[in-house]
Amino acid sequence: MDLRTLTYIVVGLTFALYMGIAVWARAGSTKEFYVAGGGIHPVANGMATAADWMSAASFISMAGMIAFMGYGGSVFLMGWTGGFVVLAMLLAPYLRKYGKFTVPEFIGDRFYSRTARIVAVICLIICSVTYVIGQMKGIGVAFSRFLEVSYELGLLIGMFIVFFYAVLGGMKGITYTQIAQYCVLILAYTIPAIFISLNLTGNPLPQLGLGSTLSGTDVYLLDRLDQVVTELGFHEYTTQLRLSTTNMFAYTLSLMIGTAGLPHVIIRFFTVPTVKDARSSAGWALVFIAILYTTAPAVAGMARLNLMNTIEPMSGQNLEYEQRPQWFKNWEKTGLLQFEDKNGDGLIQYRADPEVNEMVKVDNDIMVLANPEIARLPNWVIALVAAGGLAAALSTAAGLLLAISSAISHDLLKGVFMPEINEKQELLASRVAMAGAIVGAGYLGYNPPDFAAGTVALAFGLAASSIFPALMMGIFSKKINKEGAIAGMVAGITVTLLYVFQHKGIMFVADTAFLGDMSPNWFLGIEPNAFGAVGAVVNFATAYVVSSVTKAPPEHIQHLVEHIRVPTGVADAHDH
Amino acid sequence: MAFKSEEDAKAYWKENVGLMVKLMIVWFVVSFGCGILLFDVLNQIQIGGYKLGFWFAQQGAIYTFVVLIFYYARKMGQLDRKYGVHDE
Repeated sequence: MDLRTLTYIVVGLTFALYMGIAVWARAGSTKEFYVAGGGIHPVANGMATAADWMSAASFISMAGMIAFMGYGGSVFLMGWTGGFVVLAMLLAPYLRKYGKFTVPEFIGDRFYSRTARIVAVICLIICSVTYVIGQMKGIGVAFSRFLEVSYELGLLIGMFIVFFYAVLGGMKGITYTQIAQYCVLILAYTIPAIFISLNLTGNPLPQLGLGSTLSGTDVYLLDRLDQVVTELGFHEYTTQLRLSTTNMFAYTLSLMIGTAGLPHVIIRFFTVPTVKDARSSAGWALVFIAILYTTAPAVAGMARLNLMNTIEPMSGQNLEYEQRPQWFKNWEKTGLLQFEDKNGDGLIQYRADPEVNEMVKVDNDIMVLANPEIARLPNWVIALVAAGGLAAALSTAAGLLLAISSAISHDLLKGVFMPEINEKQELLASRVAMAGAIVGAGYLGYNPPDFAAGTVALAFGLAASSIFPALMMGIFSKKINKEGAIAGMVAGITVTLLYVFQHKGIMFVADTAFLGDMSPNWFLGIEPNAFGAVGAVVNFATAYVVSSVTKAPPEHIQHLVEHIRVPTGVADAHDH
Repeated sequence: MAFKSEEDAKAYWKENVGLMVKLMIVWFVVSFGCGILLFDVLNQIQIGGYKLGFWFAQQGAIYTFVVLIFYYARKMGQLDRKYGVHDE
């Protein structure tokens, strides 16, 4: 069977599964729509959280980024996993104890202020919308590449699928589809990795393969990789810094606290029955995430080595362009791989020096998408990778859309503008808000704004500088009052946004940033995407100073804080 | 409130924060410490094909994070029982 038919069948089957789940898991109440009824098993929630969390960026782009950044790519590995430690210990159990439906609702109650709630809604919408644009693009790209339909049609099909199960089932439908999507994406990621690790090192576990010797030699894979890339003038793979130690520190910290502060991840922990379950569920989530995240660096290193070996099998013996393999031709068609015979010798030279380098474009995303082809794996594996990429993008998009629509229907409509509506009306409103959010996200996917290239990374900076500090101070301090919290959130997100915009020209010209052209104007040499950590510091400091010169929080807030610190007697996530 | 006394509530919170701080120190050391700040020093040590600093940054920190969360969940479970604030 040819690849295209096979891909249609595999992707079609997974979509049929998601739709089937949608019909089975319809939501009948606001509680089911917002928190899946609050009775999800912690292991199941861990799995759903993993799919919710791992986006098109994790699945498609991350290994490719690491492949070209080497050690510098570690910021994503540590940042996007370490955040779960922060979430598990500092936020999830307490927010679950409080037992409400949304993140702004907690901020509004703890800081006894409707304004604080609205500011939190605005912060939430800014981070979630920037994040969802990236997913929409991922869906469109995956469709157009694997199923050979246009980007627009692909986006439309993706929107339809999400619409079906998110509008019908809310959090309940999303939870069960995310569990299915996790299974699809993790198989799609690990199967090619196991094959490739076996091919190169004879070790079936990629995590061990990366540290092993190459088959039939006593040379370590990583040593060989370091040697190959340095001979061609690239920086040594295992020590290649991302700009500077300070920058890597700030970037990792931003991604960690950004992860912990992302509302679509936090609300997943409102779906488990108890505080105890919220703690262990975070552990399960990280187990499921770690399976992919410890495989990714192996995929990265091995794919880079395979690519180098294909182009230059022996030092000085370059591949003839006419002899290039089929996958090379396929990816040239997409424009993600480009060759230009600068010296006219018909051979491919891949060098760090842009003057003589003839591989003028090697897109990050190719590393995962073309990996099975480069390693000559069977067609069904390639079809599975397509389904996996789509599962990753769809599951994250759905989680984000729920966070956005519940902020609109529950926080803005029910909480602020129309508190008199009853549950049935609110359920309808939440469905309408979900539909609206999908259409809005689709529109932004069709017409991605200029800043779309950096959007996912930007979302972390914004969550780190606005939502995370407000939540943490709300739980761990009884002194921070409404004036402090509001001023802190506004100051944090403003500083971060201004810094990003100030350097927008540098950052959003794709792919160049990590090669080391450090701007002299960067504060302490910190790149804009890593600035969330600084924004968070500004937020904490502002909140502290403002709170200490204004009126202390009222008595009942002290009780509220004490109440959330007691793990027992958890109310089900409820309305009021 | 399920605590027997005000003192119990304070003691519970103190132990909770103490545990958290200890584990956050480990969290910091394996990632920011071993993976970034001490990267060059640890790279002098080689384990199989991995330089140690590189291993922490791309593998070791993640494994430690997983262990940390489960350890925290277990310890907190014990703490809840000790103070009688666990769910039956």
